[in-house]
Amino acid sequence: MLKDLFPKKKRYATVAPHPGARDKVPEGLIEKCKRCGQILLGKELEKHLKTCPHCGYHFTLTAPERIQITLDEGSFEEFDADLTPGDPLLFPDYPSRVAKAQEATGLRQGVVTGRGAICGCPVVVGVMDSRFIMGSMGSVVGEKLARAVEAAVKFGLPVVLFTVSGGARMQEGIFSLMQMAKISTALARLNESGLLYIAVLTNPTTGGVTASFAMQGDIHLAEPGATIGFAGRRIIEPLIRQKLPDEFQTAEFVLEHGMLDQVVHRKDMRTLLATILSLHPQGGETVGCGTAL
Amino acid sequence: MAVELPFEKPLIELRLKIEELKQFTEEKGIDMSVEVATLEAKAKALAESIYRDLTPWQKVQIARHPERPTTLDYIRGMCDDFVELHGDRSFREDAAIVGGIARFDGYPITVVGTQKGRDTKENIFRNFGMAHPEGYRKALRLMKQAEKFGRPVLTFIDTAGAYPGTGAEERGQGEAIARNLIEMAALRVPIVCIVTGEGGSGGALGLGIGDRLLMLEHAYYSVIAPESAAALLWKDASQGQRAANAMSITAQDLFRFGIVDEVLPEPFGGAHRDPAAMIRTVKTAVSGALASLRERPSVDLSTSRYDKYRSMGVVMGGATHSRLVDTAVGDEGTNGAELEPEVQDSRH
Ligand SMILES: [Zn+2]
Repeated sequence: MLKDLFPKKKRYATVAPHPGARDKVPEGLIEKCKRCGQILLGKELEKHLKTCPHCGYHFTLTAPERIQITLDEGSFEEFDADLTPGDPLLFPDYPSRVAKAQEATGLRQGVVTGRGAICGCPVVVGVMDSRFIMGSMGSVVGEKLARAVEAAVKFGLPVVLFTVSGGARMQEGIFSLMQMAKISTALARLNESGLLYIAVLTNPTTGGVTASFAMQGDIHLAEPGATIGFAGRRIIEPLIRQKLPDEFQTAEFVLEHGMLDQVVHRKDMRTLLATILSLHPQGGETVGCGTAL
Repeated sequence: MAVELPFEKPLIELRLKIEELKQFTEEKGIDMSVEVATLEAKAKALAESIYRDLTPWQKVQIARHPERPTTLDYIRGMCDDFVELHGDRSFREDAAIVGGIARFDGYPITVVGTQKGRDTKENIFRNFGMAHPEGYRKALRLMKQAEKFGRPVLTFIDTAGAYPGTGAEERGQGEAIARNLIEMAALRVPIVCIVTGEGGSGGALGLGIGDRLLMLEHAYYSVIAPESAAALLWKDASQGQRAANAMSITAQDLFRFGIVDEVLPEPFGGAHRDPAAMIRTVKTAVSGALASLRERPSVDLSTSRYDKYRSMGVVMGGATHSRLVDTAVGDEGTNGAELEPEVQDSRH
């Protein structure tokens, strides 16, 4: 059951699911696969980490779900959970859109950051959540990611970021654009510190996130079928007056064009991350790293 | 020959009338000088009222004016010994970005910028100033070269955005811009960036990380073109004016936000009315910016560049971030990430 994704036994504070968010997922949920059309039972879907057992389609995960399936149980300690967006441009309806997204997700903002462990390897993680205004990048997303990267530098830890984004947070205008610069400067510092950064691109990763931290990793991984690109097909198609093929901007397409290291099924992601982390020993913290494989 | 903008129409009509009267005076020998003087005073007042309080949308139109000075005009007007360098060394030359080495104030510098065309033919050659990944990679090649030889970098930004096309996607438009951001953040020589016209989103930012960001008075810099924002927000691209007003994209807005360091005044009515004067203004400003950066050690530059970008953004809360961050990172402070007081006051 989905509520099992949020274990009660925790050593540290974990992202608490909003009560309203839990109510929207009734027991025995049935979902139709968006690719092959097969009807899937909630239980079945969960067992396969929300991928379709028939065609391999990867359903979108929320940030708490991603943390749950990626990190060692009880290892997650969240950073900066209370940061929320300002409204620097006094943009029409922005505060109410934020409030709605907060209500629907139980999150304060579109990214969850913190530290934890993957098969015993300590890491700093950041996980975006597409439910929050389409995973768009506002000041808080930038601030939380920059702080997480700074914490990684401070503690000598590797960073794993899971991206999912429709691009800029239009309502924050130029501040949204400058978050690309902010995270880039933080990651430049991480590079200078000789620390590992793995970007995991999930569906969809587009716009300014692709043009910044999603493409600045030492290693780029992606989930199968994820849409990855800079300009969306809705912009390109009218421009070239052609329908683009279905595989355009899929993870497989982007792999073929040399921008990714691997496309990895969700069931194999945690193990692969652990292996990569264990190949990058960083100080004393990695003792025992990988032994829980 | 001059391209007129819609909001300038009353002024242009008035000026035509003045010309007619002058001609009449000459041809018929009747003294109309009093009438001419009256109308000229009226034209002056009208021009003042039009150009003094330009709306954001009017500024966007001036920023896109086809006769506005281009990057090559600035480079040639400000520098000596400009040697243009081409190619990204891995795929092709991209004419939407120009660059090279030149002498400025007696010192060698590297110059890079997006390049628009003057007419249709040139614009097709320049792809309307919208670069492909190879353009950003050429720019990076030149900037790394500048780092090797210890000379500062000057970038000119005037682009509607990075080109959104099939080839650009295949060759990693996102990756190319992303790489420029992280490399420019770490470059060990001074970087001065100037938005001279359009600052179109990631395509502008891809040349826009530096120690000083200057902007011309009527330039704009936006996360998304006003028309595209309108199309997304109100399903109507013709509402660009409304979006331009809502999005705070002018040089004055960005200066108020602390994102732009200096706004350079344009000749009355816009840079295209007196390109030579505009180029002189830019030259003086760049000269001042480079003089203040030239002597600074690269470590110092790296710190101040970090702090500059680190402080950008408006967030609320966070007084009680997690224990871990409090004890470990908190001693470095929040780096100005908290809401700027004047912005906060206007809402709460
Ligand atoms: Zn399926």
